[in-house]
Amino acid sequence: MEATNLAVFWAGVIALSIIMYVILDGFDLGVGILFGFTRDSTNRVQMLNTIAPFWDGNETWLVIIGASLFAAFPAVYAVFLGAFYIPVLLMLFGLIFRGIAFEFRQRSERTRWLWDWGFFTGSTVVAFVQGAAIGAMMRGIPVAGGHFAGHTFDWVHPFPLLTGVGLALGYALLGAGWIVSKSEGELRDWAYARIPRLTIAVFVALALAFAVAITFDAGAIAQSNLRARGWGLAFPAIGVAALIGVIVSARARRDSMPFLFTTLFFVAAYLTLGVMFWPYMVPYSVTVANAAAPDASLRFFFFGGVIVLPMILIYTVGVYRVFRGKRHHGYS
Amino acid sequence: MDFDPVFLSRLQFAFVISFHIIFPAFTIGLGAWLATIEGARLVTGNELYRRVFDFWLKIFALSFGMGVVTGVVMAFQFGTNWGVLVEKTGSIQGPLLGYESFTAFMLEASFFGVMLLGRNRVSPRFFFFACCMVSLGTMFSSFWILANNSWMQVPVGHTIVDGKIIPADWWAIVTGPVMMVRWPHMLLAAFLTTGMCVAATGAWYTLRNIHRAEARVMLHWGLGFVAVVIPIQLFFGHLTGLYVLKHQPAKFAAIEARWKNEQPASEVLIAIPDSKAEKNLFAISIPKLGSMIASGNWTSAEVGLESFPREDRPPVVIPFFGFRLMVGMGLIMLAVSWFGNFLRFRGRLETTRWFLWGTFLAFPTGFIAILTGWYTAEVGRQPWVVYGLLRTKDAVTPSLTTGDVLISLSGYVLVYAVFISFGTYYIYKLLREGPTGPAVPIPGATPNRPMAFADDAASATGTNLAGKA
Repeated sequence: MEATNLAVFWAGVIALSIIMYVILDGFDLGVGILFGFTRDSTNRVQMLNTIAPFWDGNETWLVIIGASLFAAFPAVYAVFLGAFYIPVLLMLFGLIFRGIAFEFRQRSERTRWLWDWGFFTGSTVVAFVQGAAIGAMMRGIPVAGGHFAGHTFDWVHPFPLLTGVGLALGYALLGAGWIVSKSEGELRDWAYARIPRLTIAVFVALALAFAVAITFDAGAIAQSNLRARGWGLAFPAIGVAALIGVIVSARARRDSMPFLFTTLFFVAAYLTLGVMFWPYMVPYSVTVANAAAPDASLRFFFFGGVIVLPMILIYTVGVYRVFRGKRHHGYS
Repeated sequence: MDFDPVFLSRLQFAFVISFHIIFPAFTIGLGAWLATIEGARLVTGNELYRRVFDFWLKIFALSFGMGVVTGVVMAFQFGTNWGVLVEKTGSIQGPLLGYESFTAFMLEASFFGVMLLGRNRVSPRFFFFACCMVSLGTMFSSFWILANNSWMQVPVGHTIVDGKIIPADWWAIVTGPVMMVRWPHMLLAAFLTTGMCVAATGAWYTLRNIHRAEARVMLHWGLGFVAVVIPIQLFFGHLTGLYVLKHQPAKFAAIEARWKNEQPASEVLIAIPDSKAEKNLFAISIPKLGSMIASGNWTSAEVGLESFPREDRPPVVIPFFGFRLMVGMGLIMLAVSWFGNFLRFRGRLETTRWFLWGTFLAFPTGFIAILTGWYTAEVGRQPWVVYGLLRTKDAVTPSLTTGDVLISLSGYVLVYAVFISFGTYYIYKLLREGPTGPAVPIPGATPNRPMAFADDAASATGTNLAGKA
């Protein structure tokens, strides 16, 4: 069965929204993770200031992904949320906690330690479960009769756990790059010092995951399409090159470059996944074509997509422009 | 009532939706109230209205933010727990609910920002226009929720292909026969909820003898508005009852606790329905009135639950009491608003302390009416999730275990206990403090981060110290 143009359009919208989400919420989740690794209260406040105008809007993309999946690919929406019942739950709790911690921490003296802990833990949990879900997808999600046919804790497995740690480290690297590009003085030095270590940690996590993938998880990962698409190996190669670029540019202290190289690394990793999965939406059982809602639904929702998504995109660009550079010191 | 995934998932959905709906409902009413009061300022030039506006704008922003956070949970709830429902009806419900999210985002990305941050950057006329658009946007958002739910109550415009319920006529789905009754009913409920809160806040300040000028505006506008709108709401409530009678007779019988077919039918005012024995205990009923209410004459036959197969009957207790609580709240609003206006014309509104106390204590009537009304509608629809097409027990995600839902439900209860109590605490602090000055967002606040406006609550009470140097 061929996917219709409308189905491809919506798959494209969702694919773009996912990478937007990963990069944008990725850096602010990463700042939240790094937040737990400094005790300096000035550093902490400045770290929050670098993401204050952005973090809530970044989460918009997550809801766009959810809403678009439900509307355009209900079968995928049902299978994913069934398969990742606990990770999704933990993600929502993490998002709520870091959100309220962000807004409430400066209102309370006595309970600040609790909010600080909530902000760090919430961010870390969200990053970890997202990474674990990706790892579990790479191993394949069993589907029978249009529904998830596995068990609640299938995602608790060495490979997904490694990808979970890997994504948390990757987000932390994005966050460090973001802090460097948005701060000066002591905090920037602090973040610069973390970039090489984090880059190496990301690389180690990936290497370990790769080792697991070609040894005792070889059977599950072999279902992917990467082997049949040799050209796709260009993307992991770009990813490794981007990681080297992160270290080199951090050493040269070019403030905006580590973040951009990390973004390139994420895009390369994302495209690698695309090569592995396409045309499957639920690997390796449900394709774009057989997950799509009838064209009547896709057409009805199309108007929402072509009006609202550009508006949100323009708005996003606007917010980042208004708060560009290092001039805005938030709460000062 | 087994503790199985179906029952626990229903409980979980009821829990998260109940805590969600109070915020958007409040926000819809506040949006309209803010547009109204800003319009009054534009026409009269009275700066008092501006102070009232600035005060309620903070409440609006915080409540909008709480609605967004609890709404994100709702965006995933269908997929996590109701997988079969999504698989079978997703091509209809998905776009309707998707439009709701998109409408909310469109609002955030446009006029909401003008309303929160643009007072001094745009002309007064455009500012008023932005307020109206935000109000329209919140109403439009509820339009999609009601379109979706109305379709679940009375499904139309669909066909069934390979066991999946797919759209055949979107116009029929969106403007279904009951939508145009239920949407206004919900909008008016939201307006009344806010009207009662505004009046109650005015009464509170008057009792404490603070912010007297602003309190007078809130009392007069709140009570005046509720007095005019409550009869209209009772009328739409009646129309809603008629759709239930026509399309969901079993729900109607459950609401009336009418177990047997009756001619003429009596009206049970209050009783304790005994579902096992299928009769009412301690019933107080009025002969023939049931026929009059349902069919408009004193002699008609009305169906009782005995006319329906046992597996098609809804539970009785919740619809029966839910409906009576809702109507009771409406009657309290009627009494408070009409008597309040009577006092106002006698010039004794602000000196009759017992009445001010009553008005103050009536602040939750709207919220209670909305919740009990929805419980009546949703529990009364059982055992169906999509009426006549899909049973609730068949709609749950097949891979879920009882343990899974126990984990998630207790998690939600814990997380919401923290989140909601802090949120309502800050709303309470803002309300207690009253109109002290314009909303001053902390730098870095953007329209999609409305909770930042709650900062005023903290600075006003002196807890806002370090971390902001």
